[in-house]
Amino acid sequence: MTAFLLEGVAPYGDAPVDLLIRNGVLATGSTRGATVIDAAGLVALPGLVDLHTHLREPGREDAETVETGSRAAALGGYTVVHAMANTEPVADTAGVVEQVWRLGREAGLVDVRPVGAVTAGLGGERLAELGAMADSAARVRVFSDDGKPVHDPQLMRRALEYVKAFDGVVAQHAEEPRLTAGAQMNEGVVAARLGLAGWPAAAEEAMIARDVLLAAHVGSRLHVCHVSTAGSVELLRWAKSKGTRVTAEVTPHHLLLTDELAATYDPVYKVNPPLRTAEDVAALRAALADGTIDAVATDHAPHALEDKETEWAAARPGMLGLETALSVAVLAMRETGLLDWRGLAERMSTAPARIGGLTPPSLAEGAPASLTLVDPAARWTPDPAASASRSRNTPYAGRELPARVVATFLRGEPTVLDGKAVR
Amino acid sequence: MKHLLSAGDLSRDEALTVLDTAERLDEALTGREVKKLPTLRGRTVVNLFFEDSTRTRTSFELAAKRLSADVVNFSAKGSSVSKGESLKDTALTLEAMGSDAVVIRHPASGAPHRLAGWVRGSVLNAGDGTHEHPTQALLDAYTMRQRLGRLDGLRVAIVGDVLHSRVARSNVLLLATLGADVTLVAPPTLLPVGVEVWPAAVSYDLDASLPKADVVMMLRVQRERMGEAYFPSAREYSRRYGLDRTRMALLPDDAIVMHPGPMNRGMEIAAEVADDPRRSTIVEQVSNGVSVRMAALYLLLGGSPA
Repeated sequence: MTAFLLEGVAPYGDAPVDLLIRNGVLATGSTRGATVIDAAGLVALPGLVDLHTHLREPGREDAETVETGSRAAALGGYTVVHAMANTEPVADTAGVVEQVWRLGREAGLVDVRPVGAVTAGLGGERLAELGAMADSAARVRVFSDDGKPVHDPQLMRRALEYVKAFDGVVAQHAEEPRLTAGAQMNEGVVAARLGLAGWPAAAEEAMIARDVLLAAHVGSRLHVCHVSTAGSVELLRWAKSKGTRVTAEVTPHHLLLTDELAATYDPVYKVNPPLRTAEDVAALRAALADGTIDAVATDHAPHALEDKETEWAAARPGMLGLETALSVAVLAMRETGLLDWRGLAERMSTAPARIGGLTPPSLAEGAPASLTLVDPAARWTPDPAASASRSRNTPYAGRELPARVVATFLRGEPTVLDGKAVR
Repeated sequence: MKHLLSAGDLSRDEALTVLDTAERLDEALTGREVKKLPTLRGRTVVNLFFEDSTRTRTSFELAAKRLSADVVNFSAKGSSVSKGESLKDTALTLEAMGSDAVVIRHPASGAPHRLAGWVRGSVLNAGDGTHEHPTQALLDAYTMRQRLGRLDGLRVAIVGDVLHSRVARSNVLLLATLGADVTLVAPPTLLPVGVEVWPAAVSYDLDASLPKADVVMMLRVQRERMGEAYFPSAREYSRRYGLDRTRMALLPDDAIVMHPGPMNRGMEIAAEVADDPRRSTIVEQVSNGVSVRMAALYLLLGGSPA
């Protein structure tokens, strides 16, 4: 295994040091034989951890595979991704989660942690075999029907209780489906003008309110996916103040983009939950800064061209996110003075690892060398055609973003060098 | 003007140019034995209809033919579209056949905007989902001006299912541009969240609105909305928001009654109101539709103001 010496790198943007990677860990001692990487001006962060990634395999390998998604993740500075369960077949058995886990190991670019479905076939009617998935080689700890909510309150209660046995967490896609039938975008002044059916903020908030009450009642751990409204933030703040064991994530796009973009009718801006208003964006940023929202999660959702090159209503919701997440977070949080590099590392690596039941990546001596090097001065413009993803549905095409991932290491092995995937 | 996608895209001058052009085209055809002008000879207009709408399609077809354009009707039923062809592929096919203008009616809001990105010719929105129907608003304004002599300061009540109405959206935008005062009258369930920023007043009370209206425009209300709890029953809707003879008597003397059609007689409008020879403009709206669409095609396809 090659040793690397990262010369002049700034951990968390602090004073420059030399970091030695040897035998897969951050080491001290002799640098003899180590490949020297000039890292002057670069910031070192612990490898990013994504709680919410759609890798589409098995089932929609035309949109993404475990391998292409893993490569996109590495290029974005990630060393761990949690692969959502809404594949075909659904990841609701030990067999499917082990398959995804094994494909991740074979690709070897990031640790792929499968998320198990809460209900069989995402049907919302009976529990999937949560224990079997937890005990499988994939060691599943995060369970989610993402794409759909666990709508039945009794089933949600049972799921929250049941996963306590193996310290699992239910990650809820908070959406009251009766309030969003046919919904196309955030309900409000823009939707009224565009004649697109509205997705009211209350549909998310009502579900979060119910779930935090259930989690408090049974003393379980709840994670809320892709929080998108100012009202949701208030509910989470209240629940946390009561000591409820709830965590939450926000996507990069909800930290930056607003529903005004729907005026183009270009479905590259169609996503679920939908882009909201500037007031919501401001509330989400403040909540991420003060810890009410624990983590940034990409909700990386690749879609084939024909599912986006359509009229708005016919398009599938979702956006790419892995390669741009850190840059968007820097733009929304660091350049606004809301979070420093340490804060970003907490929200994009430490906290999501903890929520997922993992030992958080670290830059401490002796820790596994899973880390990423970022050029904080770089500016770049995402080009959909240049994405490592199989899909092209980035909402940031042509938009200049700050900060670029230069290198990523997974347990001492480089997955990205000079801004390019090693393989 | 390259495309006509939204009534909101028209400046006051542009909107008046369309109305004035319609008037001149109308005059030029009056009394002619052959109702045809050579203006668009050799140009191809495609009617691309993804929804059944005999009246709008026929109106556009007649408008294009009276300007001597070649007209192709492409309806979704029985075509490749019903076999799953995408809007984009349909657009590229029409493009390859050399169409100069595409008139599109589509159930999805924004479909004409997408189409405009895929074809070189002009795109004319003939109604998209619950978004807009700009030529309907133009023909309505034309009818109001013809009947009442002005648009500036005209008090217009638009009554009914505003939430799902492309006619209402286009009329609100165009009438605001032209200086009319619009009041939307509907049960609160049939007004969009966000209507408060529209350039229009809102009322839930039809009886209170009628004495202050120079124009009352009744919107079609689909009985199916009942199942989605927008209102308890067709009868209750009609009792609170339908225009019958008793209510019509609340209108000022010279006020007119409009309806974009097709009507639900007995639901939003009583038969004797729809057929009232003095107030109802429903039949004029249809004939004015042809003139206004001629003007729109003429201006989009490069004619200078007549």
